[in-house]
Amino acid sequence: MSLIRALTRTRDQRAMHITDWLTYGFLLVGVVLMFGPALWLAASSLKTKSALQEFPPSFLPMGQKEIKLADKPDGLPVYLVPNGAGQSVELALQRRIGLIGLFIDPAKPDADPVRAKMDEVKPVRELTVAWDNYAEPLRRFRFDRFLGNSLFVTIVSTVLTLLVNSMCAFALSKYSFRGRDAMFVFILSTLMVPISVILIPAFLVVTSLGLTNSLWGVILPPIATPTGVFLLRQYMLTIPDELIDAARMDGASEWRVYWRIIMPLAMPALAVLGIFSVMWRWNDFLWPLIVLSREESFTLQLGLATFQGELDTQWHYLLAMTMMTLAPVVIVFTLLQRHITTGIASTGLK
Amino acid sequence: MTHQATDQGSRTLSAHFARGFGLAYTALMRALEPPFAAIQKRVGIKGMAYVFVAPNMIIFSVFVALPMILNIWYALTGSNRLMIGERPFVGLDNFSALLDCKDYLDVNSCKQDRFWRAVHNSVLFVALQVTAMVALSLVTALILNGKLRARGFFRAVFFFPVLLSPVVVALIWKWILQRDGLLNALLLSSGGERVAFLHDASWSFFWTVFVSVWAHMGFYALILLAGLQAIPADLYEAAEMDGTPKWRVFWRITVPLLLPTLLVVVILSLIRAVQAFDEIYVLTGGGPGTATQFIVQYIYETAFANQVHLLGLAAAASLLVAVVLMVLTLLQLRISYHGKTS
Repeated sequence: MSLIRALTRTRDQRAMHITDWLTYGFLLVGVVLMFGPALWLAASSLKTKSALQEFPPSFLPMGQKEIKLADKPDGLPVYLVPNGAGQSVELALQRRIGLIGLFIDPAKPDADPVRAKMDEVKPVRELTVAWDNYAEPLRRFRFDRFLGNSLFVTIVSTVLTLLVNSMCAFALSKYSFRGRDAMFVFILSTLMVPISVILIPAFLVVTSLGLTNSLWGVILPPIATPTGVFLLRQYMLTIPDELIDAARMDGASEWRVYWRIIMPLAMPALAVLGIFSVMWRWNDFLWPLIVLSREESFTLQLGLATFQGELDTQWHYLLAMTMMTLAPVVIVFTLLQRHITTGIASTGLK
Repeated sequence: MTHQATDQGSRTLSAHFARGFGLAYTALMRALEPPFAAIQKRVGIKGMAYVFVAPNMIIFSVFVALPMILNIWYALTGSNRLMIGERPFVGLDNFSALLDCKDYLDVNSCKQDRFWRAVHNSVLFVALQVTAMVALSLVTALILNGKLRARGFFRAVFFFPVLLSPVVVALIWKWILQRDGLLNALLLSSGGERVAFLHDASWSFFWTVFVSVWAHMGFYALILLAGLQAIPADLYEAAEMDGTPKWRVFWRITVPLLLPTLLVVVILSLIRAVQAFDEIYVLTGGGPGTATQFIVQYIYETAFANQVHLLGLAAAASLLVAVVLMVLTLLQLRISYHGKTS
């Protein structure tokens, strides 16, 4: 019973009741579970490759201090080495021979190396932020290309989706013509045909049109979305016909009625569809996976998924690339949070 | 960083964005005016309706309606050829191959054991995932609907993973679940033993359910929250005036009035769970073995990824999935319709 009371509590109470503790306990676990993983990803993405291999891992990007010596291309790890007089000095590990390490003093690189047992030395740790994780994928893995492809697909798709579906919704809501209701039912009936059910024939159509490995093959098929037409039509039905008649009397063409009157008035519905279109296309995976097989036409999601197979040992790049894929969505969300949540709540779209 | 500051920052940014967008919109639409005016001269006002419908209908017919019909043809033909003219008609062979089982509960007695394993996995997955999803999103919605401090923040927290792409979701969790990952570190530090989460069949299955619930729960919680907020407040006020106990209010007011929304949520999550693919494909790849291979992955691999592309078999399987989805969608439409009229 106390659970139900916790769930149905609507009144503010002065003292913290057991139900409040339950509520806030649930919310606290929720925050840790929902936010924690992304936060962990963000923290990990800033670690160097060697810091990522540490176990148990630390939260902050701590890594072993490294020192670059003039004649060596790679940095040498720095250790605290006891110097026999009861003190420790920071020396760089030059080479390891079994359990013995050969250490050199960075200040005097030409002096003879100091020998010490590896189990007597301690690694020197410092905060090392590996910004290279972010810069390197752009140079090495054509990540910029994937980013460009994803942006192209998302923007072009969304513009076309809004245009094509609003034109159709305008006709379906504001004209009476033969076959109108049949068309509407026809469109609605395919609400239940997700792309995962027509993969093969859709691929045939795209192949026949010569659109495989072309971004247009990814963009075009999902443009005419039944949910979009439905959403916009329902909204446009609420726009009074008198406005249209008045514009026609003033000699406006039908196209002008559409873009000057209908579109601005349907803005709230268009915004909802636009936001969803951006989300759908940016995150799309299965359809691009089938249409695009050449690396230069990959979208961000495909590039990332492919790399996670190939770069299994290169988590430092993978994590940074994941962060870069995630960032635009988070930015859009913080800017448009209210539109998105009310949009979903009122339409049940996703 | 205060709330107001970010709010204002976003407002000016979106204002700039809106103005740029408006200019581009006007330029594009004005450029399209002469051609459409010319068309209107020919077809008249009434005829323009067909012109407005045309782009949508063409794209829709070519990329959705035509494939729906072609899918049936694929299911009735054999060979690994993509071009329909080159495919020999085989009748119902693909279906009988798929359905050829001595005992439907024993995967190994089936001719297409991979298909049936995927079906079994999907059924179990759907049952577990939908139950967990509905229960958790309901609890979350009820809590968020209560009087809370910082409700907007908590709502955003639960909703946040919905926006992430499936690939990102999978990688976030793969990083946590891997051998030297965070979860194993926590386990070891609390005295447990290391677990190969993604290499053990049962664990792997558990995590596919967990991760997909994690990723989509906020969406359903939001719909339920909207349903809760649509319940008229005066009902609660009246109940309170009568001194009705809280639990009775819950069972007599909240539950019955939320039921239509709840049913929609159940069916929506069923539809989505049947099609589960992206996150799981990246997270486990269907493995270990075929432990987490679900029906859409079976279709994808049979048609495109395996050495021999058995398009007919995959099309037949996708038709079976389509039937399931169709039934579910009809149910959903029926419920939403009833909910609206009553």
